[in-house]
Amino acid sequence: MEKKTKINAEEGRQELTVIREFELPVDLLFKAYVESDIVEQWMGTKVLKLENKRHGGYQFETTDPKGNKHGFNGVIHEFVPNEKITRTFEMENSSFAVQLEFLEFESITEDTSKLNMHIIYRSVELRDQMIKMGFAPGINMAHNRLQDIVNKLK
Amino acid sequence: MNLRRDVFQAIADPTRRAILLLLASQSLTAGAIASNFDTARPTVSKHLQILTECELLKQEQSGREVFYHINAKKMIEIADFIEPFREMWDERFNKLEAIMKNYKKT
Repeated sequence: MEKKTKINAEEGRQELTVIREFELPVDLLFKAYVESDIVEQWMGTKVLKLENKRHGGYQFETTDPKGNKHGFNGVIHEFVPNEKITRTFEMENSSFAVQLEFLEFESITEDTSKLNMHIIYRSVELRDQMIKMGFAPGINMAHNRLQDIVNKLK
Repeated sequence: MNLRRDVFQAIADPTRRAILLLLASQSLTAGAIASNFDTARPTVSKHLQILTECELLKQEQSGREVFYHINAKKMIEIADFIEPFREMWDERFNKLEAIMKNYKKT
């Protein structure tokens, strides 16, 4: 299977990048980050608040298989339609420090686009821990589903 | 410091990554490995020692010579470290793509 999503995480650094090319025009890719009902579908989370503007904020809530609710939130620092979103991300009620995310949207052709997501963590240790735990910004951990996928690979 | 962390430090070095690449297709002696680099022989030995200590390389005695080869099991372990995380993103983005393709049609 072709690996469409690439993760670049160099050892000893407190950052990583997630790069993905989409068979979508850049405006549709961007829309998926902006419209609450679409965000809810692909991120598997409830969107409590999503203010797409400079100094706006967002708040997501996911429910795990046991019925526990997990909150995520952040502040939007830059918002340029079809180009970029700069935002913070934090998990509520956890000891994990806030992280900084730079999302860059790029048009490749009329029907294809690219997302470059640069995430900066407070420390190298925290970054490694986030990778190991399979956590990612703004999402339901979906551990079971993830495990299924991993098992299929082996 | 745990072993896993050592492994990642081991592969962070460009010379050590080059050694692993070189050994991916063949087993070689320390001398043969060193001849592929401009670096001084003791430096290459040091790199080999580090790679062996964190189990990325294995030594095999053949007559009077010691051959180094890659420990595939350990290499897979490293790949696995990032893979679940990557898969999770891939899954999510596949979903995004599918949703938006439908969106385009409607």
